[in-house]
Amino acid sequence: MEIRVDFNEKISKLNNEIIKMGVLVEEALDKAMESLISNNPELAKRVITEDENINEMEVSIEDHCIILIAREQPVAGDLRHLVTALKISTQLERMGDHAVHIAKGVIRLQKNHNFNDIPLFNMPEMGKIVKGMLQQVLTSYLESDVEKAKSVALIDNEVDRMHDEVIKNVFVNLMHNQTDQQNATTLLFINRFLERFGDHITNICEWIVYSVSGNHVELG
Amino acid sequence: MENNNILNLKNLNIYYGKFRAVKNINLNVQKNKITAFIGPSGCGKSTVLRSINRMNDLIEGTKTEGEVIFQNKNIYNSGFDAISLRKQIGMVFQKPNPFPKSIAENITWGARINGYKGNMEELVEKSLKGAALWDEVKDKLKENALRLSGGQQQRLCIARTIAVQPEIILMDEPASALDPVATLKIEDLMKTLSKNYTIIIVTHNMQQASRISDYTAFLMTDENRSGYLVEYNKTSTIFINPKNKKTEDYISGRFG
Repeated sequence: MEIRVDFNEKISKLNNEIIKMGVLVEEALDKAMESLISNNPELAKRVITEDENINEMEVSIEDHCIILIAREQPVAGDLRHLVTALKISTQLERMGDHAVHIAKGVIRLQKNHNFNDIPLFNMPEMGKIVKGMLQQVLTSYLESDVEKAKSVALIDNEVDRMHDEVIKNVFVNLMHNQTDQQNATTLLFINRFLERFGDHITNICEWIVYSVSGNHVELG
Repeated sequence: MENNNILNLKNLNIYYGKFRAVKNINLNVQKNKITAFIGPSGCGKSTVLRSINRMNDLIEGTKTEGEVIFQNKNIYNSGFDAISLRKQIGMVFQKPNPFPKSIAENITWGARINGYKGNMEELVEKSLKGAALWDEVKDKLKENALRLSGGQQQRLCIARTIAVQPEIILMDEPASALDPVATLKIEDLMKTLSKNYTIIIVTHNMQQASRISDYTAFLMTDENRSGYLVEYNKTSTIFINPKNKKTEDYISGRFG
């Protein structure tokens, strides 16, 4: 006879909530990047208002984890899994905030400049890469796949490289008076938030490794 | 694992008649630490506990193989004085079992038998204070111990044990017959006692093992129903990152 059926079901529901939150963050990133690429401030505003849903999910996941810890008194792998869920919800919430920051950057650019003239360099590609990382890390969480988590974290090196490249390009443009300081600053912030996306995903990868193996590792 | 052993179990096998209840236990107990034995019913944890002060000798048909090394001697060597051993390795049982005598006499009884020459009143006070019972009973030392509550009786049994200044205290489910508050008092007391004594406890309550012990040994039964040691490690490792899948399944309630 299988035992702890009820607890297993609750863990399964919690996993679904994490995935749901991850999908909301993915959509927020998608919309933020789309608003940047297509010069769409209305879409950017939606990212800002919809962030409330992500914040609410974080609170809901935290509550569920705390209740499970208090009532089920999990140990070993169960305990590590719940701690990991708590940590992942925090990382996802921060990523939602970064999508908001990108959206606010889009609105700032829109207000002050002719948007179509602003080169975005590698940033659209960075957006695609971190989106792919997010999708993969959610799968590796669901499947407790340590190897996949480690391979996702490695992609962050490419994101970091592209981030550095964007910085160089923005400064070159600035030196050649092809952009103004305010524009350049906003672009550098957007670039930075995209890079932070990759960092948060790497953190999630590290927590997945901890959840499965009990070992704290530094990835990326 | 630290290396401050007070007790070494080496290839310990215990038989009840032809039945091997415990097989090949190897385990070093650390001085002034609390070691918990956990495992499903029938895994031999109480049998191992009782072997440490030769209480199994009192059960007919019991045979012990291997060694229990205490103070550099195998306590199962022929000629070893088991009575004297039990002064140094005391035991507290599941059900409080004070003598049907006064509170004070419960403390002085063992000392008197052992030829204690010191001041008995001081011994009573010191032992009861050591068992965190003095404040509750100091005005009724001549009352019958059986009038105390279950938790107080158990602490009296602990006081009685420490009155003879043992090195090790064995506890077999010492709080399982007590309510939650009395249980927490015993647990607090064990933590305090571990500064001066080595404690080995058998418990079915895994949260209790997790709360109070420094080291945990997990035992279970093999296909012949013989108990064996699955994993022995620091309690924090056992409850956060056990190395053996069987340990993980047991402590997380997935079998047992």
